[in-house]
Parts: sequence; C-alpha cells; structure tokens
Amino acid sequence: MTSITLPPNETQNQTAGGGVDAGDREISYVEAIREATSQEMARDDRVLIYGLDVDDPKAIQGTTKGLVEEFGPERVFGTPLSEDSMTGVAIGMALGGLRPIHVHIRMDFLMLSMNQLVNVAAKTHSMFGGRLKCPMVVRSMIGKSWGQGAQHSQGLYSYFMHVPGLKVVCPTTPYDAKGALLAAIRDDDPVMFVEHRILHFQNGPVPEQDYVVEPGKSRITAHGDDVTLVGISYQQLECLRAHQYLKDVGVSAEVIDPIWLAPLDTDTICESVARTGHLIVADNGWTNCGAAAEIVAQVTEKLQGKCEFKVQRLGFAPTSCPTTPSLEDEFYPTAQSIAASANDLVKGGPQGWFPEERPELAAVEFKGPF
Amino acid sequence: MLLNERLYKSLYRIRRAEEEIGKIYPTDKIKSPVHLSIGQEAISVGVCEALRPDDVVFGTYRGHAMYMAKGGNLNAMVAEMYGKETGCTSGKGGSMHLVDPDAGVMGTSAVVGTTIANAAGTAYALKLKKSDQVVVSFFGDGASEEGVFAETLNFAALKQLPIIFVCENNGYAIHTSQCKRQGRPEIAARAEAYGIPSTVIEGNDCLKLYDATTSAVESIRSGGGPVFFEAQTYRWREHVGPNEDFHLGFRDPAERQPWVENDEVARIGALLPDADRVAIEAEIEAEVAAAIEFAEQSSFPPASELMTYVYATEYATPSAAAPVKKAA
Repeated sequence: MTSITLPPNETQNQTAGGGVDAGDREISYVEAIREATSQEMARDDRVLIYGLDVDDPKAIQGTTKGLVEEFGPERVFGTPLSEDSMTGVAIGMALGGLRPIHVHIRMDFLMLSMNQLVNVAAKTHSMFGGRLKCPMVVRSMIGKSWGQGAQHSQGLYSYFMHVPGLKVVCPTTPYDAKGALLAAIRDDDPVMFVEHRILHFQNGPVPEQDYVVEPGKSRITAHGDDVTLVGISYQQLECLRAHQYLKDVGVSAEVIDPIWLAPLDTDTICESVARTGHLIVADNGWTNCGAAAEIVAQVTEKLQGKCEFKVQRLGFAPTSCPTTPSLEDEFYPTAQSIAASANDLVKGGPQGWFPEERPELAAVEFKGPF
Repeated sequence: MLLNERLYKSLYRIRRAEEEIGKIYPTDKIKSPVHLSIGQEAISVGVCEALRPDDVVFGTYRGHAMYMAKGGNLNAMVAEMYGKETGCTSGKGGSMHLVDPDAGVMGTSAVVGTTIANAAGTAYALKLKKSDQVVVSFFGDGASEEGVFAETLNFAALKQLPIIFVCENNGYAIHTSQCKRQGRPEIAARAEAYGIPSTVIEGNDCLKLYDATTSAVESIRSGGGPVFFEAQTYRWREHVGPNEDFHLGFRDPAERQPWVENDEVARIGALLPDADRVAIEAEIEAEVAAAIEFAEQSSFPPASELMTYVYATEYATPSAAAPVKKAA
C-alpha cells in the first residue's frame, strides 16, 4: 500500500471537512470503510450490510472483513445474483425502519439496479408527499487498469446526479471515506457511495473516533493561483500529481476535491476560479453530460459576466474502455495530460509541453493477475 | 361485526367509490390517470380482511381497492385524485401512488413489478425485528413476467420471509392476453418451483381468499415462510379510465359475462339480511359522497410546495443550480 505524499501545508487540508485531528493514526481506505461500517453497526442496530460476496473470504477487498462474525448473518449477508430485486429489497428494508448498506463490487453492475434506484428510491420521499423516507446506502466500486475492460471500468455517478432525490459521494481519502460513509448511513435519503478500486490502496490519517463528512463543502487540497483543478474520485490523485508537474513550468495549480457530487458545493470552486481564471475538471467518466460538464455549467452560470475565465473538461476517451495496455493508457486522463492541458489553458494555446513521467509520482496500479 | 358484513361493507365501498370516480373522470376534475379495480375488488377485500391493522401491504397502480380494503383514508384518496393538498400525498403522487402508512398501506407503483421487491425488503425488516407482522405483496399477471418477480420469490424462499404474494391474474396486461405472453400460464406453479407453497384461488372468490389468507397469516405469525396465491379475477373496464374497451376488439364481451353474472359484490351482499345490507349501503353512500365533497372543497397545493420533500435530510448546499423560475 502506498500513500500520496504531499507537502506539509497541503496535508493539513486532509482534515478540513470534518475537522477532526487524526494524530499519528494512519490506515487504508479499505480499513476506513470497514471501521466506519463496524462502528456504525455497533452504534445503531438498524444498520445492516449485504450484497454479492459481502460475506465471502475476500470480503469486498476487505471492506466487510470480520463483520459477519461481529454482527451475525442476519445483518451481514451475501445475496443471490439479483441486483434488481436486492435494490428493491433495500428500499423495503428502509421503509421497514432499517438502514441498509447494499454493496456492489463493480459500479457497472448498478445498471441492473437502475429501475429501483431511479423510479423508486429517488422518488419515495417526494412522490409520497413526505410520508415515507428511504434511508439507504449503495456502495459501488469503479475499476481501473490491468485489462479490466469495458464492463469493469465505468464511473457512472453522473447518471445518479441527474435524478433529484438521490445523493452522490465519491470520497478520495481514507479520512473522507470513513466520514462520508458515516454521514451517508445517517442520512435519511438514498446515498450512492462511490469508491475507486485504486483508492482502496491509499493510506491516510483517519481518527478512530466518530466523525462525519457531510455535503456542503468542497475541499481545497492544494493551493495555487493560476488554474483550478477539480478532480473527482481517483482523478483527484492525478490532479495532485499534476499540481507537482505544473511547478516545472511555473504554473501554480489549486486542486479541489468536491467529495459530494450531490448536493454539490460549487461556491468553493467558484471562489477559486474567480481568482485563477482557469478551470479544469478531471473526471472518472465520459465528459458528455458527465459530472465535469455539470460542474463547468454551474460554475459558468454563477461566474459569467462577473469575471473572465476559461474552462475545460477532461475525462474518459469517448469509447469503451479497452483492455490492452497500449490503448488503455490512452483512455484515461493522467497527471501528465492534466498538467499539459492546464499549462496550455493558462498560457493561451498549445505549448508543446508534456511532462516526463516522474516515478515518485507514478500511479499505484491495481496489480494483476487476480 | 360479522365477517360477511365486514366483507360486504368493504366491497361495496370500493365498488361505489370507483363508480363515482368513473362518473366524475370525464369532467376533468380528476387530475390523474385512474386504473379502476371494478370487478377485482374481491381479491383485495378477501386478503385484507384477514389482516391486522398493523400488517403491511404493497401494491400496484391499480391500487384503489387495496388501499381502501386495508383501511386507507377515503377522503385522502379522492382528494389525491383531485390533486388537492389534502390528498394522501398532498398532490405529489396521484391515483397511481397511493399511500397511508397509518393503515399499513406502504405505497403503490406505476412501474410493473417494482413493489414486489420492496414488500420483501419490509418483510425482511420485520423478521429481523422479530415482529409478528405480515407483509402482503399485490401484483398482476404481467408482473410475473418481470425479472424482479423471479428474483424476489427466490430471495423470499431463501430467507423464509413473512410475506404473502398475491398475484391478481385478470388475464390481461393492458390489451394483451396472458396466453400471448406466457409459454406456461400456471403462475402459481412458477412460485411453487421456488419452494413457496402456492394456491390457485379460482372464481374471484372473496370468502375462499379470506380463508386462505387467514391460514397463511397464522402460519407466518408462528414462524412460517412465504405463501403464494394466484387469485383469478377479471377487469371489467378499460386498462386506464372509466370506460369499456370491447370496441378495440382484443376481447369479447361474452368473456366478461360470467364474471359479471357472478359479481362478488352482489353475491356477498345477498348473504346478508336485507335490512343490514341496506343500512350498510346507506352508510357507504354517505361516506363516498362526503369524500367527494371533501375533495371538491379542498384547495390545490400552493406553488411553493413544488420543491418540498425532495430530500428528507436537507443541507444548505442545493443539489444543483437553483431553478430559474421562482414560485410566486
């Protein structure tokens, strides 16, 4: 396991959302999720967790490890391969007074749950005039690298951002993973909790105590004056690396992690863009109608006429994710491509600069075979 | 009250409320598409009369009968159809999304099959809480073709959930007969294949359903698992709206004839002494008239209600850019 090393003044922001000091305690993203789940299940007996393979030996990358022994098979269980029904079951559990966490080891599998999520969960509170509530968490994981291919690599959270009634969170750090999961479980609405498999390998400061990372505040993770880089989920790490690359060409990049995509805090982003005059949103999804498009649109609506600024979206190449490395490498935005785009945007046109990869900033790959 | 009186009161209330709704519908006072249960009332009544008030039901867009049979507030139902703020969802849901949690009516859906899984989830919650409450999932023959039907039966059998599945088989999905949609028409047999004890209730028979449900409820309250009923019935009117649909040519009036001749509302009514029956009818007529008057007199929700109840947990940050048009 590896952690991204940032200069001290930048790591301080790691605790900005919940404001709880972790001291020297450092754990992985996987352990942060496991700890949040365990602590909340101990605190609140209405919480239960289930989904394909939740109770198997691999325990969803370790995020559900030991829970069945701790809380028993009625509150921790694997399910039949029935995503549609099991999503409807979560809604029914919520109506029956429970707070279910439904886990999908691949975000791609959520497409089998769309009817229940969009037509039922999102609408339960509003369509029934506030007479019913639907507190549930849907965890899902985006895959990347080592040939996972078209159906194991999709970041589809913008689908859920589109629908009123759903909340969406994509925590990047172990700190936010724990705090946002606790906030999501305690929320009375359905929350889509989106993880990235590469982020699972990250370590970071996490307080042992109870704290929440609620919607309402995007986090500035690195300060800068020339360009604002908004990185969603795993792309947040690429943006932090791009921040380092950009120093080589004298560009000072501010990096922002929105954490929650719905509700979305664009005020923090707008304040930054008003200063830097340049915005790049790097997404783990396609740019067309995506989260990056939404962030750019909201910022534009708020800032247009008030200041001059330029915008750019970066995301998946507009094709299905290929498996072979020579093509897969071209499919994703990288720290280097983000840095090159930012440099061009700030300097007003193609500069012909594309940084050499620096090993100390290299991506932590999901290692196969598996 | 004697069982037959209870059954008749419920049957007659549903029939008369829906007949009046059908009469009002062409005036455009009702602001929501209605899918009338006329002809199918016996299914909801036979099942719901065997339940306790704290038992829970989930149903479909053809849900007026279930809502009323389970004790849903009649004023709130009619007002909902009128789109009034006194409606059961304050004008947010309409006829297809009736709800009355106080009566154990946990919602109806316009997307076929969806509530089958929701019902199973609530059944899981009740089992986990060691409650002896029972859940009933009402759905049609069309829903038995959806994947969620098979998935949920498997899960209910696996977890031995406290749930009764009631398939109201009226033979049609909108205008398409069951024989054009299913290679094997025995829906109950499919449930049996998942390990769920299943019974076909023929003839739209309210008393048989009452007895079968009573037995099922006893079994479930003492720890038994799911039970499945395929209740055969017939839709007298069109899929949506108050009229008949025989002019479309997809079914023949002769097919309906025996169901009308054996009308369960009339049959159960005939079991009562005349004086008792007349008294019940007078009471219901007044109740239905009062519900319509209540709806007529109620107000539409103000424009400021548009954005209420989007989220149960609100945060200061809006989920998206603020709407451009502001309510006056």
